Amino acid sequence: MSDDATLDEDAVGTAGDDAPAFEAARYPDGSITYPAHPVGPGGEAPVGTVDLSEHTAEVITWTTSTATPPGVREPNHVAVVEFDVDGEPVRAIGQATTGDIDIGDEVEPVYCEKLRDPEAGIRHPDSQEWDGFRFRPVE
Amino acid sequence: MEDVAIIGASMTQFGQRDAWIRELLAEAGQACLDDASVAADAVEHLYVSNMASGEFEGQTGVPNALAHDLQAVPAYTARIDQTSSSGGAGIYAAWQSVASGASDMTLLVGGEKMTHKTTAEATDVIASLTHPCEYKHGLTLPSFAGLTARLYLDTYDAPRESLGRVAVKNHKNGVDNPHAQFRKEVDLDTVLDSPIVADPLRLYDFCPITDGSAALMFCPVSVAEEHADEYIRVSGIGGATDTHVVHERADPTTMRGVVASSEQAYEMANLSPDDVDVAELHDMFTILEFLQFEDLGFAEKGEGWKAVEEGRTERDGELPINTSGGLKSKGHPLGASGVAQAYEIVQQLRGEAGKRQVEADVGLACNVGGFGNCVTTAILEEVDA
Repeated sequence: MSDDATLDEDAVGTAGDDAPAFEAARYPDGSITYPAHPVGPGGEAPVGTVDLSEHTAEVITWTTSTATPPGVREPNHVAVVEFDVDGEPVRAIGQATTGDIDIGDEVEPVYCEKLRDPEAGIRHPDSQEWDGFRFRPVE
Repeated sequence: MEDVAIIGASMTQFGQRDAWIRELLAEAGQACLDDASVAADAVEHLYVSNMASGEFEGQTGVPNALAHDLQAVPAYTARIDQTSSSGGAGIYAAWQSVASGASDMTLLVGGEKMTHKTTAEATDVIASLTHPCEYKHGLTLPSFAGLTARLYLDTYDAPRESLGRVAVKNHKNGVDNPHAQFRKEVDLDTVLDSPIVADPLRLYDFCPITDGSAALMFCPVSVAEEHADEYIRVSGIGGATDTHVVHERADPTTMRGVVASSEQAYEMANLSPDDVDVAELHDMFTILEFLQFEDLGFAEKGEGWKAVEEGRTERDGELPINTSGGLKSKGHPLGASGVAQAYEIVQQLRGEAGKRQVEADVGLACNVGGFGNCVTTAILEEVDA
């Protein structure tokens, strides 16, 4: 595990003006996916985006991984969550700020500049983005 | 379309091996040639199932290397990479090559060399199959298993112990497999007290990291009829995918690739789940045995765990599952596993499984890549020539 401070839980903050959007794609049939795909479930290209950081979500399931790959915090709490965007369900996956969560809990996205050390794993550091959103229980 | 037969099968010792990928492939390949009584220069197509020899040891071009090492040149060669289901995909490719009439003698060799890497490094190589939105969060295949296991137990009110019993059963079966990485029984308390890896799953819910290789020889049934007194017929085969992004699946406890690939295989074989006598399932994680058992049609959704609890999947049960010890006990050298699953079914159908032998005329092997991302299902039957 990297000792880079940006990987610590303290490094997260609420999405604000400086944080990028938690961007999901909206398709002509009304469906929304995270991440975006060239074409959606209905076979058509996206027509817009939705910022999931403006919504809360429900925990579908979660785990705490104690055997993590190079550059990943240990333990690594991760969760599958489901947003309700104007009646349209949208699922996402990501790190959780704590292992003290349960199925059905309400969580909110919080921005993290670096989720894992891009230099430590097998994937090329320039091949993808390394920031994103963790999920924090709503008090 | 030609009916396809398997006339040779082999596997190496699985575990921590000194041999590297080329040596492992050649070991199983030569043993399969010997088992089939086929000369290397008779091989027309040679497929190698392998996920990541370049990433693991910096050796690419393994099919051509194997053709030379076996003196099978000028056979046509290709590498089949479908992550953990590379072996099953290789069976599909080998079947296609013969069924289409393109080849009258096809050798498939699956193998992987992994144990020289640390667990963290090997986990990262395997996790490189994930979508960027998963990889950046440190998602690994074991973490997908933890996520799914928690949801399965919660949704279907299954006891945590039922997952442990999968490990206990498969370790017990592995004791009698001379090729298995682990030939040691474990009890339920040991499984449930082992260290947490991806909550609620623990160390004994996971397969090990393994070196090894396995091979199969395919030819038209018409050739097999003249070649051998008995052979194995590929009665049915299917292949399918599910979403790359795992969380986009409507029901995370259903593997649509298993459902679709098995439906194809059952239809082609004109058989149903009730006709299957023995099956090898991809128990990379204990939870996967439940999901496949249900999605192959052996139990209703959410009921698979009861089969294990009631002993129905034991070696002496009504449908023995993973008589080889499964990936859990036998080991999981990625590219070899799907081929080794079929090797076990071939041994069972030939009546050559020794202490592991069960009564079986029809066997099924289900090989899963990613976390259900890509799947193959093969149905094999024994035929007297």
